[in-house]
Amino acid sequence: MKLNLKIWRQKNAKDKGRFENYQVMANEHMSFLEMLDVLNESLVSSQKEPVAFEHDCREGICGTCSLVINGLPHGPQTGTTTCQLHMRHFKEGETVVIEPFRARAFPVLKDLVVDRSAFDRIIQAGGYVSVDTGQAPDGNTVPIGKDVAGKAFEAAACIGCGACVAACPNASAMLFVSAKVSHLALLPQGQVEAKRRAQSMVHQMDEEGFGMCSNITACEAECPKEISVENIARLNREYIGASFTSTDK
Amino acid sequence: MELNGNVPPGPLAEKWTKYKSSMPLVSPDNKRRLDVIVVGSGLAGAAAAAALGELGYNVKCFTFHDSPRRAHSIAAQGGINAAKNYKNDGDSVYRLFYDTIKGGDYRARESNVHRLAEVSADIIDQCVAQGVPFAREYSGMLDNRSFGGVQVQRTFYARGQTGQQLLIGAYQALSRQISLGKVTMYNRHEMLDVVLIDGKARGIITRNLVTGKLERHAAHAVVLGTGGYGNVFYLSTNAMMCNVTAAWRAVRRGALMANPCYTQIHPTCIPQYGDYQSKLTLMSESLRNDGRVWVPKNIEDAKAIREGKKKGKDIPEADRDYYLERRYPAFGNLVPRDVASRAAKVECDKGHGIVPTGLGVYLDFNAAIDRYGKSKAHSMNLENPSAQQIYDMGKAVVEEKYGNLFEMYEKITGEDPYTHPMKIYPAVHYTMGGLWVDYNLQTNIPGLFATGECNFSDHGANRLGASALMQGLADGYFVIPYTIGTFLSKEIRTPKFSTATPEFEEAENAVRERLSGFINNGGKQSAESFHRRLGKIMWDYCGMGRNTEGLTKARRMIQELKAEFYADLYVPGSMDEYNPELEKATRVADFLELGELMCLDALQRNESCGGHFREEYQTEEGEALRDDENMMHVAAWGWQDTSLEPELNKEPLIYENIKVAARSYK
Repeated sequence: MKLNLKIWRQKNAKDKGRFENYQVMANEHMSFLEMLDVLNESLVSSQKEPVAFEHDCREGICGTCSLVINGLPHGPQTGTTTCQLHMRHFKEGETVVIEPFRARAFPVLKDLVVDRSAFDRIIQAGGYVSVDTGQAPDGNTVPIGKDVAGKAFEAAACIGCGACVAACPNASAMLFVSAKVSHLALLPQGQVEAKRRAQSMVHQMDEEGFGMCSNITACEAECPKEISVENIARLNREYIGASFTSTDK
Repeated sequence: MELNGNVPPGPLAEKWTKYKSSMPLVSPDNKRRLDVIVVGSGLAGAAAAAALGELGYNVKCFTFHDSPRRAHSIAAQGGINAAKNYKNDGDSVYRLFYDTIKGGDYRARESNVHRLAEVSADIIDQCVAQGVPFAREYSGMLDNRSFGGVQVQRTFYARGQTGQQLLIGAYQALSRQISLGKVTMYNRHEMLDVVLIDGKARGIITRNLVTGKLERHAAHAVVLGTGGYGNVFYLSTNAMMCNVTAAWRAVRRGALMANPCYTQIHPTCIPQYGDYQSKLTLMSESLRNDGRVWVPKNIEDAKAIREGKKKGKDIPEADRDYYLERRYPAFGNLVPRDVASRAAKVECDKGHGIVPTGLGVYLDFNAAIDRYGKSKAHSMNLENPSAQQIYDMGKAVVEEKYGNLFEMYEKITGEDPYTHPMKIYPAVHYTMGGLWVDYNLQTNIPGLFATGECNFSDHGANRLGASALMQGLADGYFVIPYTIGTFLSKEIRTPKFSTATPEFEEAENAVRERLSGFINNGGKQSAESFHRRLGKIMWDYCGMGRNTEGLTKARRMIQELKAEFYADLYVPGSMDEYNPELEKATRVADFLELGELMCLDALQRNESCGGHFREEYQTEEGEALRDDENMMHVAAWGWQDTSLEPELNKEPLIYENIKVAARSYK
């Protein structure tokens, strides 16, 4: 299949950037990123600079790949990362627009590559259990209900890709933050620090320049791991509860 | 060179405990004065950086990813082993040790493996305390399942995303140390050389992948946790950026590469379907708990399936050959990976393959769906349930266990694996070989340590399923924090190192020269195209079946390819910018040298063992035939100067606690 591509090119963070047009021959079995590999291989063979995009595991788990495809983070298929999107979802002759994730807190580094280190700093603000290596009691000391473990797992399945931010008109990181807060708040091991965690992670989120949540829920719709906005409700409860009851000064 | 494993004396089961109690310590005050560099932020690297930070060392941790949470450990699916014996099924530290040695075909060091088994239980406790949401039973207790090559249930898991959950646990522990200022994190930095001062590893040269700037970092010791080299085959289940460069640069500075030919070909991956394909996708070994592997008995049926005239589900039960159950009745579908992979190849070579390329077999869940459905019906007191009811209830159970894997399979292949049996074929997955290390995980270069997949230490010639996560975290959380003290305790009077020394100068210049050589090479072909060609040579001649003629030929072909690479490589862009093509070129250059060494290693190993199958050495039934008399050693290669022949050093393997026997799973 022949495709027309409109791809965002931007030399570096300072460059203004613009769309450029390309054509590529793909086939329906290829993944979207393999289609871009084919494009890059042809650019390199004609001594042109290839399109920079991020990717690694190509099995939908590392969270490295990004891309806004035809206006949708990770493209049109629900519950799917860009690397797991296959060309059978596109039509012969179609024009495909490819842009980087756009948010003030995710500055573009080059072409389709953005800096998502703000997410790391949010986790560093409190997205952990403060247990040193060697301190742990036996794993079965505290029973955890199957359903509770399951719910915690579903929140912990977040891959930190940032699609929720890219999907949100306010570029809010609430789904990401709430997934981590929920994952740990649901488990007994995370309880001790739950209040402080909710407060400091939300504080760091604001510091990084992410927008406010206005319950549009585009984040949930675009999340490749289908993380539920129920987590945002839980974060709000945790945060408000902590504001009233926290003894931390 | 005399290789000393520095194994502590005493009975095997007491070595680690005694050694821990008697090894020299570094006081808290002195720890604050010592700097440690950790390269890599996967399970081994992140766990080591976090644990060393907790102890009080000043740690600098480096990753070429945009975040430490991306390392390829994240993609591990099935689980992590631990000798907890929660199932009361006869598991013990000794049994985990024994299974690992036997699984590795008696080619691993006893003392290291026993230590791994000893600390395995602590890992689970640590991870639970960090908030890793392992699968639970209704009682709230941790759940287990079985993996290949063992007869107990000792594998802990978090659905099909165990690696992700464990890595996030380690990443969170690391993040905590970053926030406390004990670890300084360098994202998007790639290590391109290790710096030696007076024969000890004292720093690294990195390239900032965003600005292209070369940087010098000094420390009292350097720990590598940089993963395996499976991508030398181009197509593998590894992530795209996995590479050997950090380890290989250490080799070029004098470190030894041990058993490079030991590669693991994983039996259950989605078969290859096109030339443009960039990687292969694993379907977790855990699927073999419930999936049955088969091919059509009749070649005509297989042919019809390949041509699209028949479907797998059209083949009646009597015409299916469940070849693993037939050949290995004791372990059946749960034989170790090397055995299962070779068996698949045998069937496909005979013409029973079921995908258009001929290279594919079935993994079928119908029996499991039926079994689970009937059990569910029984527990619900349903009398005479209909076939549809049984199917629906059984499917629900399978979905809960493996749902995300089935979904991933469907996304990639476009086929529903509940209706049609999965199509699978072996693919390169893991490398047991790696940097040679002693009991302290120290390479032959003092102060340079290697952890996780990047060392050769624990898996012999074949790794058992769910043991990679175990080893990565064991090394990172529970081994290196102790053993690094044996080196650092002698360094407490060593002041911090300046990077303005001739050694750093020389190393940085060498890196700059190398990179500018690639940029200004002025050829025509991309690094990718060379990588693809190298991968094909490796797979054809140094893959599942190897022989003298093929390996000799492959070595020559790689030498020619290397010459062509340096003559005709083209790298666009410049050194001083974000340039993935340049990164790729440095990695492919190192793969070319490693590939040659792998062929040489495979050539000298005149036996078949584990993942290394030399066609000349097999039993009449086609099983691997070891040569314990002549080959019971670790082959550790030095290749500092590639204009000379690599130098082979041997560390004999001595088995004092295990009776070495032919490895049988029948």
